[in-house]
This record gives sequence, structure tokens and C-alpha cells, in this order.
Amino acid sequence: MSLNALLAITPWPVFSAIILVVLLIAVLYFARKTAHQAIRTASGALANALRVASHSLSIAQGRLAERNREVLLAAGREAKERVIEREFTRVGETVRKDLANYPHLHRGLSEAIAQIEKDHQGAVEVPPDPPGWIRAVEAVSKLEAKDGGSEVLADMHKSIVKAHKEAMEAYREASTERHELLRAMMPRWRDVQQLLTEVDKKAASLLTRSAGVDRHMQEYEQIVKREDKALSVLSSSSLVQFFVSAMVMLVALGGAAINFSLIARPMAEMVGGTSFIGVFKTADIAALVIIMVEISMGLFLMESLRITRLFPVIGALPDKLRVRMIWITFSILLLLASIEAGLAYMREVLLQDELATSALLRGGEMGVENGSLWITTAAQMGMGFILPFALVFVAIPLETFVHSLRTVLGLIGIGLMRALSLVLRVLGNGFRHLGTLAERLYDLPLFVPLWLESRLDQEDDDRGKAEPPVADLRPVRDLREVAP
Amino acid sequence: MKLATVLACVALAACSQSAPVARNSGVYLLLDTSGTYRGELRKAEDVILYTLSRLEPADSFAVARIDTGSFSEKDIIAKTTFDERPSTANAQKRAFAQKVQNFIAHENSAKYTDITGGLLQAVEFLNEKGTGRKTILIFSDLEQDLEEGYVRDMEVPFKGFDVVALNVVKLRKDNYDPRQYTARLEQWRSQVEKAGGQWRVVNDLDRLDSML
Repeated sequence: MSLNALLAITPWPVFSAIILVVLLIAVLYFARKTAHQAIRTASGALANALRVASHSLSIAQGRLAERNREVLLAAGREAKERVIEREFTRVGETVRKDLANYPHLHRGLSEAIAQIEKDHQGAVEVPPDPPGWIRAVEAVSKLEAKDGGSEVLADMHKSIVKAHKEAMEAYREASTERHELLRAMMPRWRDVQQLLTEVDKKAASLLTRSAGVDRHMQEYEQIVKREDKALSVLSSSSLVQFFVSAMVMLVALGGAAINFSLIARPMAEMVGGTSFIGVFKTADIAALVIIMVEISMGLFLMESLRITRLFPVIGALPDKLRVRMIWITFSILLLLASIEAGLAYMREVLLQDELATSALLRGGEMGVENGSLWITTAAQMGMGFILPFALVFVAIPLETFVHSLRTVLGLIGIGLMRALSLVLRVLGNGFRHLGTLAERLYDLPLFVPLWLESRLDQEDDDRGKAEPPVADLRPVRDLREVAP
Repeated sequence: MKLATVLACVALAACSQSAPVARNSGVYLLLDTSGTYRGELRKAEDVILYTLSRLEPADSFAVARIDTGSFSEKDIIAKTTFDERPSTANAQKRAFAQKVQNFIAHENSAKYTDITGGLLQAVEFLNEKGTGRKTILIFSDLEQDLEEGYVRDMEVPFKGFDVVALNVVKLRKDNYDPRQYTARLEQWRSQVEKAGGQWRVVNDLDRLDSML
């Protein structure tokens, strides 16, 4: 029914409109309670659904965070165990090396000390003999001069002076000998000092290493105790490792791209330049496969060398088998590198051929022979040979990337879930308030009947206050009347 | 495990398309050797060399002359399908260029000009090669002059062909009445397009990149 038809229910459209408005308001007023309930139910249902979804997301986020924490701690524990193991190995190596030298050191020190003792004994000063004939001199001196005492004394004096002179000479000789011995002790002292300095240096190195081990052990304990500090350090370390490894892998990707351009063109000579697999040229795919095989061989080589631990099966192989695997992967890599060098040479030859043909087709000369062409050819061959070996080292950042990726993805997931949970909660509250707003908007055109209703209610209340309630005074005839 | 199997199946399905799509090109160049156009053949050599430089391995190329009766294999001066290996394709290009240069140096003028016969031969050649793209280059003034007895009043099946008229020079009579030149071009255009082909005219030989 169109609006015009509605306005034509009476001959006067305005009157028709008034009747319609009044009817509409009446309908809305009588349906008010039901409409309010419907709005409340709808908004409440939406709000509750969103709140439940938000709550579920919060729980899932908590679980993910716990899982991430476990992964981070496990990775940190493993890494720390590896570091501590390496430190202990180094300490063991140092101790073994030093202890192996210890008998030699001990013998050197003992010999030096024995020699010093011997020299020291030899250098002890021998006290001069006490004069033996002092009493005789005293007795002679008591004789009278006439008894010839003075001559005797003079002779004795002469003899004493002579003996003194001889004793002094002997003493000087002995002193010189002692000084010689003492001088000979000097290098031995120096030897002892040098040996002791060496021992001190080694002891200091051991102490430094042991301090490092202590520090690592403390960190390990923090990880085992699941302390927040350890978790925070591990988390930031994981992020740094992720970005650094991603950057190194980008560099490696550049290397792989150059490698690809070196071998893609000559590959067309081998597999044809016009066959396609899907939308890609077979030659391009073949070149890509060679590079991928090289990277795989590099991975296996690194695993066999136990530098990376992406494949525990390879790491757990018996040493004999592992060494065989090292040689096999290295041989394949060498073979592929040689093939690449050959292809790089072929590329240069093809390029020259193509340039010559283009020059001919352009109607120009074949071009001047470039004497320095061998440099670019050699450089291309060198790159073709070296790049496969350089790509071997991609395994190291790849391992770090893979390990840190779990943590980073977990962190991103936690962040996304947290944001989504917040959005859902806000939306839930928004719907609840929208329901209230819708009720108010519903009541807006009904302001006249609502005002009348409120007036009537007020009058009823006033009357009720004036008269005591009759119903309450009536006796209860049926229990169902008061039942809830 | 299931996921890996599905991925492998999808990869195999992607690789093994039911009907392989031909990605190579086929080019057939018709050279007008009539008396009115004989002087333009030097320019044709440049066009041929340029075309050779643009073609890739596995493409097909043929150069044929337009003479009294052009619907004949004998009128093909040089034809080749380049090898898949780039080095062999380069050698083929050099040999092809040499053959064309020899022809242009020693060719005599033809009395009549059977363009339709040449086009029929071109269509037949390229259809036989089954190339992905088929292009017919007509190096001519487009003035057909048939000898008595030759019937060329027929529709050439140009569906799927690009027909490019190159260096369509104006004749002396066109200078008197330019409408003749326009009518000639229009007649060929309508004939090609009516048969399902695409028609282009390239008169500026310095901009041959729009030719192929």
C-alpha cells in the first residue's frame, strides 16, 4: 500500500495523516513492553555472545602465552646447556694441557731451587780463624826488654803482619768466589720467576673461565626456576635473533639469485629454451633445483659436522657414519660447484655468440676483440664455484630463524588475540548500550501517552497514600493468591 | 600425511596440463618483387634482420617472394624453425640472414603481383607449423596485378592471424588520386578482418618494434 493510498482513507490528507500517526502511536504504545523486551533480548544476546567470545579468546591467549613460555624456556635451557657444555670442555682442555705440563714445570722448579740452595751453601761466609797465639804475645810482652823480649815481639809483629796479609788475600779470594756464586744464582731466580708468572697466567685464565661458567650456571638456574627475568631476557634475545637471522637470510637470498642468473641461461642449452612446466621455463626450474640441492647438501653437511641441529637423526648417527656423510655431502657439493663453474663459462661463451649474432643482424661489425674478457669469464667461473660453498652457511641462520620463528609467531599470535579480545569486549558493551539507546529512541514518539501514563500513576500513588490498602486487610482465602 | 599427498597431487596436476599451449611464434614475410616495388627490397633486408633478432628458439620464420603465381613452395626463399638450444638458433639465424642477403642481391623483377596467392601460401605454412602466434608480414605496395587465368577471388582463412602491411608506398597514380591508396588499404583491411584476422599497417620502418 502506497503512502498516497494511506493518505486517502479520508477526504482530507492532513486528517488522514493525523489519524495514521495517532494509530501508529497507539500501536507502538501497546507494543512497547514487548518491543523493549525484544530489543533488550537481542542486544543482550549479542553482547553476551561477544563477551563469551572475548573470554574464550582471553583463555586461548593465556594458553598460547603459557605454551610460548614453555617453548622459550626449553629453547633457552637447551642453548644454555650447550654453552655450559662448551665452557666445561674448554676448561677441561686447559686443565688437561696444564696438568700435562705440570711434571715438567715441577722438575724445572725443583732443579732451579736445588741449584739455588747449593749456590747459597757455597756462598756462606767462612769466619776468619781466631788468633791462636794471642796468649804467647801477652807472655812475651811481660818479659824484660833486656831478656830480648823486644826482638821477639818485633819478630812476632812481623810474622803477624805477614799472616794477616795472607789471611786477607785468602779472604778476598773466598769473597770473590762467593760473589761469583751469587751472580750465578740470578738467572735461576729469573727462571723461577718466569715459571711462576706462567703458572699465575694459567691460573688467572682458569679463574676467568670459571667466572664465566658461574655466570652461565646462574642464568641456567634462573631458567630452570622459570623466573620472569630469565623469560624476559630470552624473549628479547629471541626477537633479536629472529631479525638478525632474517637479515642474513635475505643476503643469502641475494647470493642465490646471482647464482641463479649465472646458470639459468646455459641451462637452456641442456634442457631446451622453450619447454615449460606450468608457466615457468624448464631451464629456470632446473637452475633453481640445482641451487636448492646445493642448499640441501649444505644443510646436511652442517648437520653432519654438528654445527646445526635441525635434524636430530643426523646428529645421533654413529661417528663413523657421520664422517662418511660429511665426505659424501662435501663431494656432491664439490661436484655441483664444478658444474656451476662450467655453466658460468658456458654462459660467457653463449653471451659472446649472441652478441656476435645481434651485431651481424644489426648490420654492424662483429666488434673488437676484448683482451680483458678473460677477467670477467674467470670472475664468473670463480663465483659459480664459490657461491655453492657460501650457501652452505645459510644453514646456521636458517636454524636460528626456524627456532626463533616459533617464539615470534607465538608473540604475534598473543598480540593479535589480545587485540581481538579487546575489540570483542568493546563491541559487546557497545551492543548493550545500543540496546538501551534503541529503547529510548522507541519511546521518543510516545512521549504523549507516556506522560499521561506517568500522570495517572502519580495520581494512583497519591490516592494509595491517602487510603489504607484494602486488599492487604482481607483474609487469605486461597494460598495460591500469595504463592510466588 | 594427507596434506602432503594433496599438495603433491595439486602440484602434479598443475604440471601436467592436458593440452600443452604453444608459446612459440611463426612469422611469414612476403616480399613484393614487382617492378614498381623492386627498389624497396633493400629496406626489406633490414626488416628481415630485425625480425630475426626478435625471434626466439623454437619460433618459425619464412621469407617468400610475391611474383606472378605466389601460391607455391618454390617462392619460399628461406624458411626455418629455430632449434630449442640458443646457440644452434643463433647459427641458424646467421645462415638465414646470409641466404636472404644473397637473394636480394641477385633477384630480378616479377611481371605480375599475386598477393592473395602469397597470403594463401603463408596461411598454409603457418598452420602446418602450428605455432602459438601467427604473423604475416607483407612488404608490398598492396597493388595486386594478376595474370590472366589466375583465380584469386576467394576468402583466405585469416582467423587467428596478425597481418601487418609494411612500407605501403604510394604509387604514381595515388598521387593523382589519393582515394585510390585509401581504397586499396581499406579493401585489404576489410578482407582480412572479414576473415577473422587482425590488420595493421606500419609505414615507419624506424619503429619496427610495433611490427611484432
